[in-house]
Amino acid sequence: MPEIELYLLITLMIVGALVAVHTRYLISAVISLAVVGMALAVAFLYMQAPDIAITQIVVEVLALVILIIAVSIGKEVVDIKGKWETLTIGVTVLFVVIFAIFAYRALADLPPFGSPLMTVSQRYVEEGLKQTGSANLVTSILLDFRAYDTLGEATILFTAILGAFAVLRNIGRKAK
Amino acid sequence: MMFFLCFVLFLIGLYCVLIKKNLLKIVMGIVIMEYSVNLFLITVGYKAGAVAPIVTEGAGKVSFVDPLPQALVITAIVIGIATLALIVALCMRVYDRYKTFDITKIRRLRG
Repeated sequence: MPEIELYLLITLMIVGALVAVHTRYLISAVISLAVVGMALAVAFLYMQAPDIAITQIVVEVLALVILIIAVSIGKEVVDIKGKWETLTIGVTVLFVVIFAIFAYRALADLPPFGSPLMTVSQRYVEEGLKQTGSANLVTSILLDFRAYDTLGEATILFTAILGAFAVLRNIGRKAK
Repeated sequence: MMFFLCFVLFLIGLYCVLIKKNLLKIVMGIVIMEYSVNLFLITVGYKAGAVAPIVTEGAGKVSFVDPLPQALVITAIVIGIATLALIVALCMRVYDRYKTFDITKIRRLRG
């Protein structure tokens, strides 16, 4: 029964996210965010998704490095306070609570936790090995049944990296 | 209950995006929302008592968790890191121009 561990992990993630939102120093917020990501990787392992857990760990380390670079260039590492603080927080909390109530009613329509529908993927499970020759069914879906998704993913990846490169480069920019 | 806890995590990220005045805090809120959606999709595909979707010889008839959300979530995670790099690059460029991360001060146009 891995459910108890899952509830503990998601509680850890919620606490880590709250600390990341409310802590005063940005570097502490980045470290708390890394706690959330690592707990997410362990939760993926408990939910029988080892490929995603490995990907999540690699991506989490990369995200940590990127965010620490971004935090370290700024002089102001302290969280910024503004005016109209109370009113803004009040309105936002009201909006979030209304959103949560509607979501609670909508999520009741899903199949219960631990018993998915699996109407489409039943076919993948039955015929994945026979049709693609891959023992890992996630790989067979990623690279064979839904290879166009992976092509689109590669396109988005390439475009985003190209955009980041174009934004960050200094050639052709006026020196100040 | 599990689904709703994932949604609570999403709402924490949404709150962070709406309230905070620091650009990097907003980026962190977006990252929290992305994590919660990934967790939610895997949670939807979880089957109690099933094993990871890897066929092993001689294991007999075992039941697998849903492999379809797992394949899509891998795509989403990789796209997430690429877009995070793009967002952070834009934030660093904004800091170069305005010397601040405060979104209430980034209002005037400067060429």
